[in-house]
Amino acid sequence: MIRRTAAIAAVTWTELVRLKVFYFLVIFALLVIGNSFFLARFSFEEEFQMLKDIALGAMSIFSSLLAILATATLLPKDREDRTIYTILAKPVSRTEYLLGKLSGVFLLLALAVLLMGAVFAVVLLLRTQALLHGTAVEMAALPPAEIEAALGKIRAAGHDPNLFAGGIVILVKAWLLAALTMFISTFATSTIFTTITAFAAYFIGHLQATAREYWLAATESGFFTKGLLALVSLVFPDLQAFNLVDDIVTGAAIPAAIFWKTLALGAGYIAVYTALAAAVFHHKEL
Amino acid sequence: MRPVALWTVVIGALLLFGLVRLPLEKSLDEAHRAANLRTATLDIGLREQIGQLAYAAALSGFRSLVAAFLWIEAHTAWEQTAWGRMAGLFQSVTGLQPRSLVYWDLASWHLAWNASVAARENPREPSEFLRRRAEREYHELGRDFLERGIANNPGRYLLRERLGIMLRDKFQDHCAAADAFADAAARPEAPPYVKRLAAYELAACPGREREAYEKLRAIYLLGEDERLPRVVTLINELEAKLDIPAADRLAPREE
Repeated sequence: MIRRTAAIAAVTWTELVRLKVFYFLVIFALLVIGNSFFLARFSFEEEFQMLKDIALGAMSIFSSLLAILATATLLPKDREDRTIYTILAKPVSRTEYLLGKLSGVFLLLALAVLLMGAVFAVVLLLRTQALLHGTAVEMAALPPAEIEAALGKIRAAGHDPNLFAGGIVILVKAWLLAALTMFISTFATSTIFTTITAFAAYFIGHLQATAREYWLAATESGFFTKGLLALVSLVFPDLQAFNLVDDIVTGAAIPAAIFWKTLALGAGYIAVYTALAAAVFHHKEL
Repeated sequence: MRPVALWTVVIGALLLFGLVRLPLEKSLDEAHRAANLRTATLDIGLREQIGQLAYAAALSGFRSLVAAFLWIEAHTAWEQTAWGRMAGLFQSVTGLQPRSLVYWDLASWHLAWNASVAARENPREPSEFLRRRAEREYHELGRDFLERGIANNPGRYLLRERLGIMLRDKFQDHCAAADAFADAAARPEAPPYVKRLAAYELAACPGREREAYEKLRAIYLLGEDERLPRVVTLINELEAKLDIPAADRLAPREE
């Protein structure tokens, strides 16, 4: 089973790469590098703050877009090309086919986040080194303790291990979106329907936590309102739980327990959406 | 399986999963609150400030990105000396990213230092009374940013230290400045100089000279590195002022 799934994943990966989806990386690199030049006019604290804001925000946008758009095209394209019939005519189960497709997207997303992270890390490292050098030269006449304190501030602003955790959470969120989009595409009638529904789920998912809070709070809302809030809370994923980067960029440390709980929640969502996608796809008339 | 049965199972499974994950999501929410994460409240007021599109982006998980772009806009407003617009944009940025010390710190600095001086020297306002009043209003606005920043970041020292500096330099309130510095010095990341700043301001606070002397004495006794000229001078002055007996006096008189 693993061999067959891996083979489909490899083909899916190749197909997606041939679609030239990695061109967005050029835009990302231009955004981050261009900004780093523009931001040089700010104080170093502002510069690092905004560099992190923009780079991690862009990583989140690009990975989410890629997750939804790349996954939404997979099944309709295979049906259009009729390759799905060729594959399923062989001793390949529908679950293996679906898992293979999803694994291909997961690989693509992992590489995309890795590359964006690498671009960001290089820009951040270069800016930190340039600032460290410039500050050391400017402050050469001052006592060593003062120089060290200033350099320490720059290092602390430039090197933050929590940024790595932020990158992992962005990737898990993108995987979750890919699994959700795959589930939608198993019952969707077209790519457009899948894309629009996935984006709607994405927006609602960011409000799910608010809906849940109102639902569970002892408010005097009517039965219909309560029912609607309960439905949103139970059906849609809580995507705000994966928005840790907004806090990471401010220098907040993410406790290990929260980090692991977030990953566990993400794994749960991915497993359930994949299982549901497999169940629906198993009974789908092709 | 018939489609109706299949969809009953799928929807049932989705709802069941929702119920199973509910306690985990609730506990994660509580853990976030306990760790001071996800503290930004995206309310109607913020929507009016930043516009519909930016608000939608912030709601969709791009809060920090929107904040960064608004900050750049605020920086441009500062370059154009459009103080009112700059202050409004600072409100939005700090509302979006309340955990970012940089935003609170620089917003308060721009208002209490740059905007206030520009208001005091406004060539288009002939009335000195009005110019002074505008200056004071910007000081208050700067202080308000710092106080709200402190409320949003209770465990951090930086904004308390900045408040101390502002109270000292812009309000000439040495007693309140001493308290702000002491409050900052009590936070875990505070550098050693902050407790000295607290003692310096306390020495300038009428009626609290004894307290200032005790603090400076404690700093002096920490070791050679802490015996800075200003510490020694203040100890000498306070010993004279408080009439400390010669035998109990601590620091050598500065020549």
